[in-house]
Amino acid sequence: MRLSPDEMIFWQHGFFKLNATIVFTWGLMVVLVIGSALVTRRLASGMHRSRWQNFLEIVVSAIRKQIGDVGLRQPERYLGFLGTLFLFIAAASLCTILPGYEPPTGSLSTTAALALCVLVAVPLFGIEEQGLGGYLKSYLEPTLIMLPFHLISEVSRTLALAIRLFGNMMSGTMIIGILLTITPFLFPMVMTTLGLLTGMVQAYIFSVLATVYIAAAIGSRQPPCEPAT
Amino acid sequence: MLIDWFTVGAQVLNFLVLVALMKRFLYVPILHAIDAREARVAAALADAAADKAEAKAQRDEFQRKNEELAQQSAALLSQARDAAQAERQRLREETWQAVAALRAKHREALRHEARHLGQALARRTQDEVFAIARKALLDLGSTSLEERICEVFIRRLHELDDQAKRALGEALKTATVPPLVRSACELPADQRAAIQRALAGMFAADIHLRFEMAPELISGIELTTHGHKLAWSIADYLAALEKAVTELLDERATPESTPESTPESTPESTPESTSP
Repeated sequence: MRLSPDEMIFWQHGFFKLNATIVFTWGLMVVLVIGSALVTRRLASGMHRSRWQNFLEIVVSAIRKQIGDVGLRQPERYLGFLGTLFLFIAAASLCTILPGYEPPTGSLSTTAALALCVLVAVPLFGIEEQGLGGYLKSYLEPTLIMLPFHLISEVSRTLALAIRLFGNMMSGTMIIGILLTITPFLFPMVMTTLGLLTGMVQAYIFSVLATVYIAAAIGSRQPPCEPAT
Repeated sequence: MLIDWFTVGAQVLNFLVLVALMKRFLYVPILHAIDAREARVAAALADAAADKAEAKAQRDEFQRKNEELAQQSAALLSQARDAAQAERQRLREETWQAVAALRAKHREALRHEARHLGQALARRTQDEVFAIARKALLDLGSTSLEERICEVFIRRLHELDDQAKRALGEALKTATVPPLVRSACELPADQRAAIQRALAGMFAADIHLRFEMAPELISGIELTTHGHKLAWSIADYLAALEKAVTELLDERATPESTPESTPESTPESTPESTSP
């Protein structure tokens, strides 16, 4: 039994390989980008708009509002990174209803890559907001003694992000696979439904935690912004 | 090993590309559309607010004009009422003046009629009295009325007091034209001679007289010379009679001329009530 879609390799040449994780990721990317491009090709700024535009506006507005609720004053600056995190993980989870599909988030490589992105993005946003000195100074607060603990916190929360998402997605996929061998119909369907919920929850948790980390990095003194309309 | 570092790197790259593409094809257009819609909604709300403000201003203006119109209407109504009152007062005064004029005209007509009636009555009375006197004198002494008038005139001449006599004598002496004797009827020659004799006797002078007929003297005789006049006629008696008759007519005309002022007296002025 495969624990990760990384083990499904379609093509390999030395260090380079093309496994199911990358392929499904590309597939998700194509779906997300082409779907967005098709919808946003003809955007209406009036009161009458298409259903898909309405749906995407609701999604984008909800993400922006959620970012603002966490405490980031200008949600649009972080919308690209945090929104893409949420949409990618959510889309990867939603597509589990398709037969033969392996969610790329069920790969520790993918979750580690996303966690690394968060690990890099947090100091970048912090430095952008406070400057390099200000951001590095935050590691010494309230005292110098806290520096190791801050560093450990950075590493541990990155690990926690990666392993939490990987564990949830991988376990769901594995449970469904095991149940398919025992009870072919009823339980897999229930577990798939449960997996959809779990996947959405994990997408929310991952993106909200990343938002919180960024908010903490840029300074928690900023008041929560007004909810976006 | 669960982590494939090539896959990690590829996924990082994939994610970064996805972030860039999603920004390009999703977030930026959607946010622009939302911002444009919000701007349009804000503009529409601003327009609505402006329209509302304008409507409020127009409503206030309309109310102000309405109040002004009401005030003007009230003022015009008051002016019209005052004008009507003044016109009514004027018409009433004109009516009163017309009534007064009619009353005065009526009174004047009554007075004129009374005067005419008095004159006619006087003339008739004169005629009657003259006729009666003539008849009575004829019956009594077979002397004509002219003779009695002449006698009375001559007696009056004799009865003049001294001052009057002197004045008359001076007038007769200083007269450049003969004295004029006017009478209602043609005097006979003997009576003319009697008058001439009486004057000559009184003033011891030869006095030539001129005789002339004057019916308005009413059975009288009149001597005029150099601004001096001596006369006797029935006209004096007739004047007294005329005055009495005029007073009697005025007493009758006065209640009839003011019926509206004393409405309770109207029944008394009716012929039924006045005729016994």
